[in-house]
Amino acid sequence: MSAPASGLAQIGKSVFIKGELSGSEDLYLDGQVEGSIALKGNSLTVGPNGQVKASVDAKGVVVQGKLEGNIQASDRVELRKSAVVTGDITTQRISIEEGAYLKGKVDIHRTDTK
Amino acid sequence: MSSVSQTFMKLFRGSSGPETIPAQSSQKLTRRSSGLGELSRAWESAEGMCVLDLGSTSPTNIRHFTEGGHRIYSEDLLTASTDPELLTKDEQGSAILDSRKFLADNLVYPAAHFDVILCWNLPDYLDESLVKPVVGRLWSVLKPGGMLLAFFHTRDAGPDSPCHRFHIVGPDTLEMQKIELRREARRGPTGDVRTAVTDGFQLQRVFNNRHIENLFHDFASIKFFLARDNIREVLVVR
Repeated sequence: MSAPASGLAQIGKSVFIKGELSGSEDLYLDGQVEGSIALKGNSLTVGPNGQVKASVDAKGVVVQGKLEGNIQASDRVELRKSAVVTGDITTQRISIEEGAYLKGKVDIHRTDTK
Repeated sequence: MSSVSQTFMKLFRGSSGPETIPAQSSQKLTRRSSGLGELSRAWESAEGMCVLDLGSTSPTNIRHFTEGGHRIYSEDLLTASTDPELLTKDEQGSAILDSRKFLADNLVYPAAHFDVILCWNLPDYLDESLVKPVVGRLWSVLKPGGMLLAFFHTRDAGPDSPCHRFHIVGPDTLEMQKIELRREARRGPTGDVRTAVTDGFQLQRVFNNRHIENLFHDFASIKFFLARDNIREVLVVR
């Protein structure tokens, strides 16, 4: 499991948030969130203890814990081996480790690079 | 063949929800698949197909389809069928799984949504009470002309019939990986109970050709492919 980088905004495992979560910096989330998460242009990492029931809109999303909701990532999505994801994923690139669980759709949107 | 109650006693001794997650053993076997070969020709010539994979989450399959410009849905029905909340009793008091609840929580898609459904060996390992309702739902979510691939054992080989997950590694080539249940600690009446259940899913029955034809009675056509490893591949078209 990758630990959060120092200086990164963090939500610890004892924290529970209900509502709309938005920001303009990368976020490491190891607690519980219910609602929606918008980090356009930035990345979200759901730690191994993280339990998210929310739609996620971010540049990059890394999941090590549980996430229930649709993921919209403008760059990439990574599901680590401990990830349990229920929801549809729309992104440009995706990597899924052996052992990860996914119930949902994977839709790859490619933007042409010249 | 194990009964529903025996299977559930083995899997869900304890009071909290299941944490049954298919663990992957490192050993992978390669097999040729004529059914997959025929299916591959369809998706290689088409664009933007909608594919439903009913096996354990396979990064290989997701990559295979997304790189081909297709949309893939992943739904591990066998694992979903081990939800202890599905356990109920029929009119005779026998333990069965609640197919209505199962279909309320799983395979929830618009009608005629998929071009291809990869059923793999699901019918052989799925509980009896779910097989027909699930095939009925698969019929409704498959587009007219859409295709479904399923594998059936031709005989009960006992412990030699392990449940596999399937990875597409070529147009007609699959990698098979044995599924083992990894059960994690669960909360029992006196605290966390750690167990070491590593059994895979049990083969529930062996369908003969007539059974398979009856199972897919509502589909437009059915094609059988016999393989050397006692597996009968079936490609059905809605």
